[in-house]
Amino acid sequence: MKARVTVTLKSGILDPQGKAIEGALKSLGVDGIASVRQGKVFDIELSGSDKATAEATLKAAADKLLANTVIENYRVEVLS
Amino acid sequence: MKSAVLVFPGINRERDMARALRLASGHDPAMVWHADTSLPDGTDLVVVPGGFSYGDYLRCGAIAARAPVMDAVRSFAASGGMVLGVCNGFQILCEAGLLPGVLMRNEQLKFICQDVHLRVERSDTPFTRGYNAGQVIRVPVAHGEGNYEADDETLKRLEGEGRVLYRYCSAAGVVDEPSNINGAAHSIAGIVNEGGNVLGMMPHPENHVEHVMGCTDGRGLFAGLVAHLERAA
Repeated sequence: MKARVTVTLKSGILDPQGKAIEGALKSLGVDGIASVRQGKVFDIELSGSDKATAEATLKAAADKLLANTVIENYRVEVLS
Repeated sequence: MKSAVLVFPGINRERDMARALRLASGHDPAMVWHADTSLPDGTDLVVVPGGFSYGDYLRCGAIAARAPVMDAVRSFAASGGMVLGVCNGFQILCEAGLLPGVLMRNEQLKFICQDVHLRVERSDTPFTRGYNAGQVIRVPVAHGEGNYEADDETLKRLEGEGRVLYRYCSAAGVVDEPSNINGAAHSIAGIVNEGGNVLGMMPHPENHVEHVMGCTDGRGLFAGLVAHLERAA
């Protein structure tokens, strides 16, 4: 089973990397960009086949390691 | 003082730290590997040194914070044991949940390697008793992620409980914007936990302990710890 965990910064948390990317896009002339926030994507292969178990596993992975929940939110998706 | 220095893959300041501890206490610290599950008997100070544990992968300190040895450090701290984390060590202690908040990318996105001035906010703690309250010390920093941030509630508690021990300041001891090198909230350079037994700080006091280093302002921190622990023992 394939899954994806997406980790993003909570709103209100300063994101200097996102700001730098935003500035670079503007200087490249890519128009219409209001703001950029950088996050992380983890593509994960799971060994089991039960969706509920998979979601619980991914949630544990995110809580224990993938996200720092002081500053980050995460979203868990089982893809197939 | 019986100290233990944790060693993680990618750490590079453990020998500087060991040297400073030996200089201050007259004893060699135990070097404790990250995969160990216990601390040496009789340890009374655990030091998490600086460097780039696990290549700063995922988040600075995130993987080291979950290493087997950290469970032992957590229970050591819970029973009142003294813990000092410097630079990457500060990041590791935050990630391990031993200190609140997080070290974010420096505001100006640059790695900063220079001497800074710190104001010692109080002298009545084991980590600052080698100094006078309000004293200004000069120590180096070397980090890309040292911008301390926490939610307003946490910052209010840290300030209210006098848990900010070191703050970035000018040479004259003024805490102002230009001297806040990484954009840290409230110019925070070092904080302690609620129990006052765990200190995390970004600057490197261990690199200013001998005349050959050009400055010995870092000695006070180690001398204070030795005095505290030897009186306790």
